[in-house]
Amino acid sequence: MGGGFVRIGVTVFPGSNCDQDALHAVELMGAEPVALWHADTDLKGSDAVIVPGGFSYGDYLRPGAIARFAAVMGSLEEFARDGGPVIGICNGFQVLCEAHLLPGALLQNTHMRFACDRVKVRVETTQTPWTSGCEVGEELTLPIAHNEGNYFADAETLARLEDEDRVVLRYLDNPNGSANDIAGVCSENRNVVGVMPHPERVSDPVLGSDEGLRILRSVLAGARV
Amino acid sequence: MNIQETYSALGLSDSEYDRILELLGRAPNFLELSLFSVMWSEHCGYKNSRPLLRRFPNDGPRVLQGPGENAGVVEVGDGWALAFKVESHNHPSAVEPYEGAATGVGGIIRDILAMGARPVALLDSLRFGPLDEERNRYLFREVVRGIGGYGNAVGVPTVGGEVEFSPAYSGNPLVNAMCVGLIRTEDLMRSRATGEGNLVVLLGSKTGRDGIHGATFASDELSEESESRRSNVQVGDPFAEKMLIECCLKLLERDLLVSLQDLGAAGITSSASEMAASGGVGIDIEVDLVPRREGGMEPFEAMISESQERMLAVIPPEDEEEVLALAERYGIGGTVVGRVADHGDLRVIVDGEVVGSVPVEYLADAPVYERDLIRPGYLDEVQKLDLDALPEPDDLNEVLLKMLAHPNLRSRRSIYGQYDHEVGTNTVVRPGADAAVMRIKGTNRGFAMTTDGRGRHCYLDSRGGGAATVAEAYRNLSCVGAEPIALTNCLNFGSPEKPDGYYQLAECIEGISEACEAFGVPVVSGNVSLYNETARGPIYPTPVVGMVGMLEDVTRHATAAFKREGDWVLVIGTHTGSLEGSEYLEIVHKKVAGRPQNVDLDEEKKLADLVRRLVSDGIVDTAHDVSGGGIAVACAEMAITGGTGVRLFDEVENRLMYEGRRADEVLFGEPGGSYIVAVPNERFDDLREALVGFSYDEIGHTGGDRVEIGDLVNLSLGDLRGAYERDLFGIPGEVVGGTEPVG
Repeated sequence: MGGGFVRIGVTVFPGSNCDQDALHAVELMGAEPVALWHADTDLKGSDAVIVPGGFSYGDYLRPGAIARFAAVMGSLEEFARDGGPVIGICNGFQVLCEAHLLPGALLQNTHMRFACDRVKVRVETTQTPWTSGCEVGEELTLPIAHNEGNYFADAETLARLEDEDRVVLRYLDNPNGSANDIAGVCSENRNVVGVMPHPERVSDPVLGSDEGLRILRSVLAGARV
Repeated sequence: MNIQETYSALGLSDSEYDRILELLGRAPNFLELSLFSVMWSEHCGYKNSRPLLRRFPNDGPRVLQGPGENAGVVEVGDGWALAFKVESHNHPSAVEPYEGAATGVGGIIRDILAMGARPVALLDSLRFGPLDEERNRYLFREVVRGIGGYGNAVGVPTVGGEVEFSPAYSGNPLVNAMCVGLIRTEDLMRSRATGEGNLVVLLGSKTGRDGIHGATFASDELSEESESRRSNVQVGDPFAEKMLIECCLKLLERDLLVSLQDLGAAGITSSASEMAASGGVGIDIEVDLVPRREGGMEPFEAMISESQERMLAVIPPEDEEEVLALAERYGIGGTVVGRVADHGDLRVIVDGEVVGSVPVEYLADAPVYERDLIRPGYLDEVQKLDLDALPEPDDLNEVLLKMLAHPNLRSRRSIYGQYDHEVGTNTVVRPGADAAVMRIKGTNRGFAMTTDGRGRHCYLDSRGGGAATVAEAYRNLSCVGAEPIALTNCLNFGSPEKPDGYYQLAECIEGISEACEAFGVPVVSGNVSLYNETARGPIYPTPVVGMVGMLEDVTRHATAAFKREGDWVLVIGTHTGSLEGSEYLEIVHKKVAGRPQNVDLDEEKKLADLVRRLVSDGIVDTAHDVSGGGIAVACAEMAITGGTGVRLFDEVENRLMYEGRRADEVLFGEPGGSYIVAVPNERFDDLREALVGFSYDEIGHTGGDRVEIGDLVNLSLGDLRGAYERDLFGIPGEVVGGTEPVG
């Protein structure tokens, strides 16, 4: 890392509701949080970007379907293509899938209910900027809160994801019907990660756990500065 | 339609119409009559409850705002305050459960926002008929979906609440939503309109025909025709609400507002007239400027529409541009629709012409009805209970499993699992505990909140039940280590025009007030929902209390779950409970009868304060009050949630505690003022020292994977879980939902 803080941007769409939580978690990571307003195209020198959870544009039409057209997304796509580390959490994962920065889609949970719980996931790969500080096989307990977290991709894509070691997190006890128990995946060039669980919600010991920092802090080691 | 038919259709009585004629000195036009009809409804005007509500104590050292504003506000230290209130959405939820519940959540959030506070927590108290009826299952499922659908999207965590099932609520569910907001004390906002010439700005969604006469609808009994009044139910848009919240908080941060008020029941009419009345001014509304969602709306419709996600703000004229630009940035509507005037009237203007004008003081001056207190005849019958005639069950294991599986006692996980209870990253103690605990970022402080209601108890003994409801909330906060500071309540009752309904209302208020005085916990806000009746009769009188408390060190809190093997388990307070009016009596013997023990308020406070100190001093991290289902259910819950078994009464000397008493009374009797705590051996001496002078017993130890209570109960955690963790939304099967009340 170079001098000064690592700057981590957090996109703010209308209806994002985990943006403040993500910004707060960035502080707890020891990095500098930067809010990225949806209508601006400037990533304000971010070294990495978090696309946070929530209900961007009310989740109307389909979760993430409208957010992908927001002005900030053009710059974000460019940033991602250039290898910048990006993580989409929950609704952010849905946005990144809609934007085709990640493969697959998130369908409604098979039990047809919103699911808010703490679940166990296993880290399947450390070959991403967001899990490089973890260990393969490491188990984390992370919060989930979603109605559409059921990861879907066609058989060919799933096989590729498995072959190319692109499943990032896997549920131990599948809470939503996801294919191959997938809780998170990464892009082909591995810098874009999407996860349904919320690492930012377990970043402060006063809330009972800071295991989420295992994921978020990973990026500090490899961030471009 | 002649004039009598017109005002009757609007819900006004003959005498009320005469009073309007007298006040105005002339006949009102239809628009003006509509304004009176909504403002004089029970929902807005409290005409049956106002004299009774004066009984509540409202003062306390931490109170910054008592009743009369959008929400009560209390100080919690370090310059922070909590704004909070509970409100009902019973009638809308009875006919359109998803939207009824969703807009109930949206409405209470805006009440908190109107105080200038950021809404940070939601809780819901719910009542339904038994789940073996399809209609009740539908209402339950859709209400929970509606609460989740709105709360999850708007980004305010739902951290607590409670639910009960009884035939008394069949067809008339109760949906009470509470919201808590955080605010710096210096930023407190009020709804008082001031400054002649200041602008009235309507923020948020466009106005449609939804919710026309909703307030009037909510002030009548439910009937077959209610189903046809779905158009009285508003439709919610949590996305619009989220943007409205962020916009209003930004306006407040930039100090652009003179006052702020939410639009709830009776829409612009009630908001504008209340803002004007409290500021001692008048307001002109140019109703043709109100942005409409549909064409052809009459002025009176725009004035009383209850379209959701709207706020009314008063701003200085020079800030108009900045205010409207901010509304634009957040993608919500912002329109100047009126002005503050010096004439004291609510004037409705169309194309520059006054089409209706009523002094706001008349609108605020709903008639008041005081009635005689007549003790209901049913009480003598239901309070009779001959315990000797009650057969003692042979298999107490089976009884405990049946109790734990009953919808009134079963785990609420299948409900709160549908609510985002962690968004905002402040939730320290999550749902499923005696009370929710949240931290205040940037401080060591926290606050706790709970909602409680005891309908069956209030039905059997209204005054005792009212006091017990407050005591239950006080206990729940104490268990997590919070110092209770104030409460809000929602008074859900049947028709006050019937002697039984009025008696229950008055007596519950008396009981609540006595408990508030004894505990030093003032009532700072509230809401009244009367006319909760169907063809099957009235609901149980169900005052719901939402109480908040504070923790100086949020890390010093307790939960009910057993945390270690080998902990000492103690009961603090009395361990002799009563079966009168108990869950056991209803679930196992199908009886709603008896007279539950009266709460000894002074003793109750001493014990609860003791338990709170044990927690805040760091001696105890495991505490639970003994409530519905008695000591057996309390211990089973602690074992199941902690994943650690427990052995109670396993020694000869403490078996004496129950010998000679009915086993079912020992296990399932409800003592009130009783707590189970668990401590590891190294803190046992500290605990005993702290307990000197108090009544307590050492009753056993944690450990293993079974719950064993003397020679009465011996069950594996697996079996207990199988009963307790059943999905409340599954098909009920053998589980019976409740019993018809007697009388």
